[in-house]
Amino acid sequence: MDPILQIEKLKKKFGGVVAVDGVDFEVNSHQIKAIIGPNGAGKTTIFNLISRICPLTSGIIRFKQHKINELKPYVIAEKGISRTFQNVQVFENMSVLENVMIGRHCRTRSEIFAAIMNLKRTRAEEKRIHDYSLEMLSFVGLEAKKNEAASNLTFQQQKLLEFARALATEPDLLLLDEPAAGLSVPEADEMAQFVYRIREIGITILLVEHNMGLVMEVSDEVIVLDSGQVIAEGTPREVQNNEAVIAVYLGERETENANHTKS
Amino acid sequence: MSLADQLLQYLFTGITIGAIYGMVALGFNIIYSATGIINLAQGEFVMLGGMMMVYLTAIIKLPMVVSFFLSILIVTMIGAAFERAAIHPLKSPSVITLIIITVAASILFKGGAMFAWGKHTFSLPPFSGEKPISVLGATILPQTLWILGIMGATVALLIFFFGFTLTGKAMKACAANRTAASLVGINVKTMVLLSFALSAGIGATAGIIITPTALMNYDRGTMLAVKGFSVAVLGGLGSNVGAVVAGFIIGIMESLGAGFISSGYKDAIALVVLLLVLFIRPSGLLGSRERAEFKKF
Amino acid sequence: MGRKNILSLLILAGVILALPLGLGNSYYLNVLVFVGIYSLITIGLSLLMGYTGQISLGHAAFFGIGAYTSGVLSTKFGVSPWLALLAAIFVTGGIAFLIAAPALKLKGHYLAMATLAFGYIVFIVFNQASSLTGGPSGFGQIPRFRLGNFLLRSDVHYYYLVWSLVIVVLWVSLNIIHSRVGRALRSIHEGELTANIMGVNTAKYKIQVFVLSAVYASLAGSLYAHFITFLNPTPFGFHFSIVLVAMVAVGGMASVWGAMIGAALLTILPEYLRAFHDYDILIYGSILLLIMMFLPKGLFAGILSLIKKER
Repeated sequence: MDPILQIEKLKKKFGGVVAVDGVDFEVNSHQIKAIIGPNGAGKTTIFNLISRICPLTSGIIRFKQHKINELKPYVIAEKGISRTFQNVQVFENMSVLENVMIGRHCRTRSEIFAAIMNLKRTRAEEKRIHDYSLEMLSFVGLEAKKNEAASNLTFQQQKLLEFARALATEPDLLLLDEPAAGLSVPEADEMAQFVYRIREIGITILLVEHNMGLVMEVSDEVIVLDSGQVIAEGTPREVQNNEAVIAVYLGERETENANHTKS
Repeated sequence: MSLADQLLQYLFTGITIGAIYGMVALGFNIIYSATGIINLAQGEFVMLGGMMMVYLTAIIKLPMVVSFFLSILIVTMIGAAFERAAIHPLKSPSVITLIIITVAASILFKGGAMFAWGKHTFSLPPFSGEKPISVLGATILPQTLWILGIMGATVALLIFFFGFTLTGKAMKACAANRTAASLVGINVKTMVLLSFALSAGIGATAGIIITPTALMNYDRGTMLAVKGFSVAVLGGLGSNVGAVVAGFIIGIMESLGAGFISSGYKDAIALVVLLLVLFIRPSGLLGSRERAEFKKF
Repeated sequence: MGRKNILSLLILAGVILALPLGLGNSYYLNVLVFVGIYSLITIGLSLLMGYTGQISLGHAAFFGIGAYTSGVLSTKFGVSPWLALLAAIFVTGGIAFLIAAPALKLKGHYLAMATLAFGYIVFIVFNQASSLTGGPSGFGQIPRFRLGNFLLRSDVHYYYLVWSLVIVVLWVSLNIIHSRVGRALRSIHEGELTANIMGVNTAKYKIQVFVLSAVYASLAGSLYAHFITFLNPTPFGFHFSIVLVAMVAVGGMASVWGAMIGAALLTILPEYLRAFHDYDILIYGSILLLIMMFLPKGLFAGILSLIKKER
């Protein structure tokens, strides 16, 4: 089967800093693949390049065999890629349900004229949006909070809200940016369960994570990044035992103790 | 007058007014650099400077030199008071809120000036006489030399301040990275206050030196602010060199436009330039493109 | 759009119908005509500023373009006022579209200054293009609207015309707000980049709302022109753009009802302050400053939250 995501020689420079330096990898359909690496290795940058938050310097990103480099972020969502954010970006002053309903935007179509005329098909579509979004909320267990302002949720609940919102876009590929960050051990375990369940629906998952326990538990394959380059790739077991990987992590700890300046 | 002479004359006029625009732009840059705020009341500081000078010399009858420095001082304090009263108490204001507040302040300053001095247009005696000096077939007013001179002195003072004094460097640090600056012990709130005060002072200086040639009334502030902002953006927001250069560019363009095309539309020149810059290259001539992308607005 | 809003619309319609019977006096009706005209603009501006979070310091320009287009077409070219109004909408909308695309790529202060510059340029054109606009002194003899043989001349006629249109515009705006599009607009305000990533074509919506608000302003401008029957550039400058922003900010940015209240307040208030004619600007400035510092969400939202607290 063809890979759903292909990253070819991806490079990103911010002024003088090379954040991503010639990265190649692929993600196969229905896989759960993780990207790990020390801080500043370029992991979130790669996500941002895929979502097209910033333009890449060079390289090619292919999704379902089509080049998506030049597409605007909302088009990428339409194509089937969605994501969550490391520092949770829910729409704070909108309700929980409304947040998820935004996810349905790219799968629906009533525009301004239809809205003004309040056509029957518009109302029907609105109902479908409502019902589908409620389903997504049930999936993450937040349906009781549907009318609360998103800013009133706990951190973990907001992360789950982001899941629901991303799922509402009906993605084929879901990018999870540090889903376990900031969560306690039991909360992180819950997150891992959700990751499995999402895969069961048939969605491919690419995640960035620092929580090694989570990574080793849920991932089929792991990519290790350091200083913008891939230094290892394989099953969790293989990567754990990889010498270069060990050096990078152990080495980093030594350097941290010495300088406190790793960015 | 031959064409060359005419051109030269327009050039001189352009440089004169360009110097003023440049100074207004410097005022914008200082506050923007230190705080990220665009102070839409900047033009009013210029207006207040000119008006205050007229008031002190003509009504209170103080000597010119005393009035000069006193006017600058008074407007500087007004700028500081504005910061304390309207900016300092805000808790993480949205951009729209900030914009509206500075606009409201400019309205208040304008209204206050109208209340205090009426709607008349005022003038000042030129600093050293009115006899035009002949230069290469065109004439320069002595006041122009004063304007260029004082502007030069101001720029030199700013370079010294930002480059060689601790306070100035602290302000530059705030501009570069507020959080880092506060972490190394710089009192950011004081820097914000200082930036407003400094901007007001520079604005006032510009207002005083232009009044003898261009006159002043309560309403001048807005147009000066918009043109000053155009200059600041053309030069690259935050770049002081850019502000000076862009000031001359726009001043000369305006002068040439007024002379050769139409004087009615001359105000539109700076505005069209602003739109073009914003639409095509918001980082301006000398601003960094990346910095423009990352600047939080 | 929700039962509350439908009810409010009906109540408003009722009040509008009944008011002239109680008021009788033409002066009050005259003021209310202006409140209606300005409400048309502020409703659009509140969609722009409150819902999508974009700012415009030059909206008086669209008001002016609508007025002048309508006025010039009907006087110089003998076009019927209704057609002139329609044409003005297209012209204004077109111009808005042209500047919206590049302008709305800008954010915050940059956008504010771009709209300010645009507004000023239009004002200068009104003053300079004398052959078309009559320059600073303007021109008069603009024909009034006719319905068949019935000439819409008195304050009462105009009052009903303007306020019927306000109700229509409110209805349209409320429908937009309570739809998928309205939700998308709010998401743009909450987090434009995030909304984009989640599949909302933010550029398209920002442009649409901008153009819509310009169209509302154009409508107001035409109504104004055919009511006052003469035009000069003065009402269409920076001063009025700020008054408009003040009306929206004071009334409540994210509320079309608040926008109407703001328009009412800042139109009626100066009538009481007639004696202070020139100083109205001081009062606007103070009100604006105080509201932005203490009630940044506007009076409407502020009062609503006070009521909620009492409960």
